Amino acid sequence: MIKYITDEKNQRFIVPLISVLFGFIAGAIIMIITGINPIDGYSALLDGVFGNTRKFGEWIVSSIPLILTGLALAFGFRTGLFNIGAEGQFIVGAFAAVAAGIFVELPKIIHLPLVLLAAALAGAIWGFIPGILKAKFRVHEVVVTIMLNYTALHFINYLIKILPGSTNTRTVDVFPSASLSSEFLSSITRFSRLHWGFIVALLAAFLYWYIIERTTFGYELRSVGFNQHASEYAGMKVNRNIVYSMMISGAFAGLAGAMISIGTFDYARVIGASEGYGFNGIAVALLGNNNGFGIVISGLLFGALKAGSSAMALAKVPKEISEIIMAFIVLFAAMNYGIKRLLIHLRKEEK
Amino acid sequence: MSKKVLALLLVSILVVALFAGCAPAEQNEEPAAPQEKQEEPKDNAQEPKEEESDFRVGFVTDTGGIDDRSFNQGTWEGIVKYADEKSWEEGTHYNYIQSDEESQYIPNLSAFGDDAYNVVIAAGFLFEDAMKAVAPQYPDTDFTIIDMVVLQPNVASVVFAEEQGSFLVGVAAAKATKNNKVGFVGGMDFDLIRKFHAGFVAGVHSVDKSIEVVDQYAGDFSNPGVGQQIAATMYESGVDVIYHAAGGTGNGVINEAKNRADNGEEVWVIGVDKDQYEDGKLADGSSVVLTSMMKRVDVAAYNMIEAGQKGEFPGGEITAFTLAENGVGIPEENPNLSEEVIKEIEAYKEKIVNGEIKVPTTMDELADFESNL
Repeated sequence: MIKYITDEKNQRFIVPLISVLFGFIAGAIIMIITGINPIDGYSALLDGVFGNTRKFGEWIVSSIPLILTGLALAFGFRTGLFNIGAEGQFIVGAFAAVAAGIFVELPKIIHLPLVLLAAALAGAIWGFIPGILKAKFRVHEVVVTIMLNYTALHFINYLIKILPGSTNTRTVDVFPSASLSSEFLSSITRFSRLHWGFIVALLAAFLYWYIIERTTFGYELRSVGFNQHASEYAGMKVNRNIVYSMMISGAFAGLAGAMISIGTFDYARVIGASEGYGFNGIAVALLGNNNGFGIVISGLLFGALKAGSSAMALAKVPKEISEIIMAFIVLFAAMNYGIKRLLIHLRKEEK
Repeated sequence: MSKKVLALLLVSILVVALFAGCAPAEQNEEPAAPQEKQEEPKDNAQEPKEEESDFRVGFVTDTGGIDDRSFNQGTWEGIVKYADEKSWEEGTHYNYIQSDEESQYIPNLSAFGDDAYNVVIAAGFLFEDAMKAVAPQYPDTDFTIIDMVVLQPNVASVVFAEEQGSFLVGVAAAKATKNNKVGFVGGMDFDLIRKFHAGFVAGVHSVDKSIEVVDQYAGDFSNPGVGQQIAATMYESGVDVIYHAAGGTGNGVINEAKNRADNGEEVWVIGVDKDQYEDGKLADGSSVVLTSMMKRVDVAAYNMIEAGQKGEFPGGEITAFTLAENGVGIPEENPNLSEEVIKEIEAYKEKIVNGEIKVPTTMDELADFESNL
């Protein structure tokens, strides 16, 4: 078993697994310190996710946007960009989907893809701005995207209020043809809000893997991220590729926004502050090792910690505990170099 | 050698974690089973003694949490008061879940429903849609929504006449201002907060039409930083009394007033939802909180639980809390108000209660009200 764990070939998934394990152990230690039995805490967490079909459905619902923002961040990381603006792209995507769902009514088979396209496009446009600024003027994307997060928040809040029929807090519902929600999925999960977005998330993860791993286009994007000068020397259009990378990353984040607006709610809401999906995407991407499949799994894990936190609160476990566990997992995932070193030492010892 | 030990340790941790992961799942099924049975309330109703011990109350907060020094906290205090009287235990008989974001309203309400809680309270009109979606699925649970009307047979709606209480603190503000300029800080800009706003302006102008009232909406209920900024700008412009209806954001307003009072400026804040006198206390024991517009959500929560336990839950009905029922109004103790001012406020209260003054609830009504002054 030790041999298997320490084998370098398996490190890709052994290291994140160890991060998660350490995260849960650290969470258990904190629970013991605060006088909570960790077994109670974790059983409440499991109950919050698998307790009944409704909880299971809600788990998937909270995982879907996390998977997509995880993909957005990962796409940036793989191509050498830190897209901390996923939050803003998320917000414009959420709004674009609702706008496209309110203004036109089409058969579902056309309308739904159109609405999703609108969300992806809006996110891409919001990603285009920092992309072009970085490509043309070398403005660091972190600065621009953070600023654009606030711009998106307040600009979209304004737009939501001026849509026809909007109140000061929300828009009208989108046409049913533009909604991802499904009575069928809801009925088999005891009226959870489970919607078709999980298919979108899985397709997006596949698309991510395909672009990054299987196309020359993806190869070029990665190469630019790896070493701009070498890529330029090899005849790649560095600036163009930076813009493309930001736009694709933004498109994923925009889709994530649509999952909330036309999946969970069916309308857009005025929000006072960012809800953190974009930032959680950083954690998801990090733990998922920027790998399509890994992100789906880590999105599900973070979704579980999120969805299970209300059940934990009911079992007298402060819901902050689940946030602490998340933070520890991210911490250990960020320390993956140390974990790798540990494994290498263990391997040497074996020999 | 030590590394071997480390390796062994790692593996043993793995194994322990595996077991820890498996065991709870089995444990879970046992408590789950009796809970399912509880979903038949008729059994409970026939045996009132058992109902006493099984009665459970759940509370879902918005993103503010139970320590927001505002209406979430007020509601929670009402629940705790009732629970203390019955010597209930937190976690067993009453519990709360804080929502991190709006998308959690439905799952959090449902979590109590799944566990067959008897009374579930949600504070805030933002719960409207969530309540409409959840309540029909748990017909045996009595839901209470505060600040919003949801007409379902098992939902009691509690609304407050915030404009009436705001009118009274408006009178207090008009009496306290020396620069003839007062301010209003709102949380987010929507109808409910406009009620506070309209009532306040009406109260100020009933005393003296020449007093200028400036207003600003923070766009957020839980951002003290923004509140402090807005307050600083207002005080800078000559405002000396600010009424905040901004929840946690208002704590920033109070902080700014405290800072200024510490530097010798004479500024006041009017608190909201609960008596915020203590929050405005300075080092010398005085407070910058002139008075507070109390909204007795604690009383509402208390009454609803009591009604639920007695089997008289007003499901499908709207319960209004106004000045007449002392559901809104100023605190009993107002160390910063003179006898005279309190008498004047009492006089206005009388007029509002007997219908002589009809306090405006919207900005349109306010315009009408002012043209008649």
